[in-house]
Amino acid sequence: MVLIGSARRSRATRVPPVVLAFVLVPLLAEVFWVFWPALQGFYLSLTSWDGLAAPKFVGLGNFSEMLHDAVFRTAAINTVLWLLLFGGLSAALGLGAALLLQQERRGIGFYRAALFLPVVFSLVATALVWQAMYQPDGLINNVLESVGLGGWKHAWLADQDTAFYAVIVPALWRQVGYVMVLYLAGLKGIDPALYEAAKVDGATRLQQFRHITLPQLRSVNAVVLSVIVIDSLRSFDVVWALTRGGPYHSSELLSTYMYSTAFQSLRLGYGSALAVVIFVLAFGVIVSYLVRAFREAD
Amino acid sequence: MTATHTTAHVKNAGGVAGQAGPGNAAAPRRPAPRGRALRTTGFHLTAGLLSALWLLPIVLVLVTSTRTFDDIAAHGVGSRPHSFTFDGFRQAWVDGGQQRALINSMLVTVPTVLLSLGLASMAAFALSRYALPFRRVLLLLMLGGNLLPPQILLIPVSKLSELLGIHDQLYALIGVQVGFGVGFYVFVLHGFMRAIPGEIQQAAVIDGANPWQIYWRVILPLARPALAALSALSFTWIFNDLLWAITVLRTDTRMPITASLIGLQGQYVSMWNVIAAGSVIAAAPTVAVFLRFQRHFVAGLNLGAVK
Repeated sequence: MVLIGSARRSRATRVPPVVLAFVLVPLLAEVFWVFWPALQGFYLSLTSWDGLAAPKFVGLGNFSEMLHDAVFRTAAINTVLWLLLFGGLSAALGLGAALLLQQERRGIGFYRAALFLPVVFSLVATALVWQAMYQPDGLINNVLESVGLGGWKHAWLADQDTAFYAVIVPALWRQVGYVMVLYLAGLKGIDPALYEAAKVDGATRLQQFRHITLPQLRSVNAVVLSVIVIDSLRSFDVVWALTRGGPYHSSELLSTYMYSTAFQSLRLGYGSALAVVIFVLAFGVIVSYLVRAFREAD
Repeated sequence: MTATHTTAHVKNAGGVAGQAGPGNAAAPRRPAPRGRALRTTGFHLTAGLLSALWLLPIVLVLVTSTRTFDDIAAHGVGSRPHSFTFDGFRQAWVDGGQQRALINSMLVTVPTVLLSLGLASMAAFALSRYALPFRRVLLLLMLGGNLLPPQILLIPVSKLSELLGIHDQLYALIGVQVGFGVGFYVFVLHGFMRAIPGEIQQAAVIDGANPWQIYWRVILPLARPALAALSALSFTWIFNDLLWAITVLRTDTRMPITASLIGLQGQYVSMWNVIAAGSVIAAAPTVAVFLRFQRHFVAGLNLGAVK
């Protein structure tokens, strides 16, 4: 603090050139690989481009095409559904796991590690593990058979009605541990005196949860929400590895549709426009995250 | 101390509600240990069941990876094992090209982690320890770049690397991973370095240290916990990436392990022992990092999010 005070007095002269370079080199790397491509991406969304000839400017043509694109509609609805289901369930289950495993007691480290272990797997490996379980002769069908629910047996990934949900489960399996860690840290930060006071006042466990735990977790909730929205919109690997968006686009997300449109159908302009839609969906979260970071950076 | 106080109070309240006489005062005390034992059992039962459910897919893939193909073909992938062999590992490792893929992954991951944390720590040092103009704007600009959905960058990055003639080269993948990740690391390290007292730096200045020496000899060693946490975290992120790899790379022999695993899935359809073995190989390095640096790893997740 003292240092900043003294530096502020002579800000123009005191910053040595090497310190400027410390900022500029990483910044240039990011400008080169992120900001400049991002600008191009926005421009390309206004063009029709096959990647070979020069991009042809079509204005908002790509976006008006989306209005009549049934696959886009499916992908957009699935993306929102993914956000709600994957996001809501991972937040709820993560909080539940954190509440269950918050107390330091014997064996707690093992339980936490068990729930957390999938977080370090790649989504591709996760997907393949679950693909084996989803096979017609796989574990899930075998278990259903053995508990007398043989009628529920399914080709889970090949059925249009179930593929989407079958893809969410592995993603959830991996995400819950992550959310749990965030909530565990949040719960640790709550002053125990609050609970003591509530108990003195005769509050039940449920009341304590509602009136102390939840309000105290507000900042963690905001973080979890941002993480979930950003992760949901980025979700790609698990769908790509399991179904590639199929069968018949039933598990298509905007991210997978964008990828296949761009790199398989080679419709680079339309693919860019889909990417812009993803950006627009993420925009609110990005801005609120930055606003919070701005306040803290002060 | 506080706990005793509470129990005493609760006992009191119970006593009042039950209009307890003096003899009843001891009554609630006896069920308490039994209640606690019951709760403990209930806890271990719930938590144990949950953990078992969570570990089941991992156990299953380990078991499947050591079965023979004939066993799986005869009994189904969901049956209990009737055989034990490491043949699936050999096939994935040698014929499936996973050995090369793992090397590729390490060739990308290790330099990317070193480079991006090196660059990020420099920027964080400059932004947190010097009164640079627009420091906050720069910090948030860099963080904002990391928050962008990568999809908006895929096509231009792919074309950019073609233009530069580094398409299908591991350098291109390292470049884009560094560029995309650096903003987040700067933000986290900035928060950490800001908390280091100014007096430490002033003492170094008085001793005649130049900015590089302050960075390298004073601030960087003090930021070691944050660097360790970010290393563990970024290692898994970069190692596990699929999207950038399949965007920038073309040739099969250059693909990292995640992309190679998808190739394996296409090449060894329904040979679940090979696919499971491949998954185990692909997960082993990050699991090893996690088990070795568990504390740092978990700290990293919190550093990034809660700060």
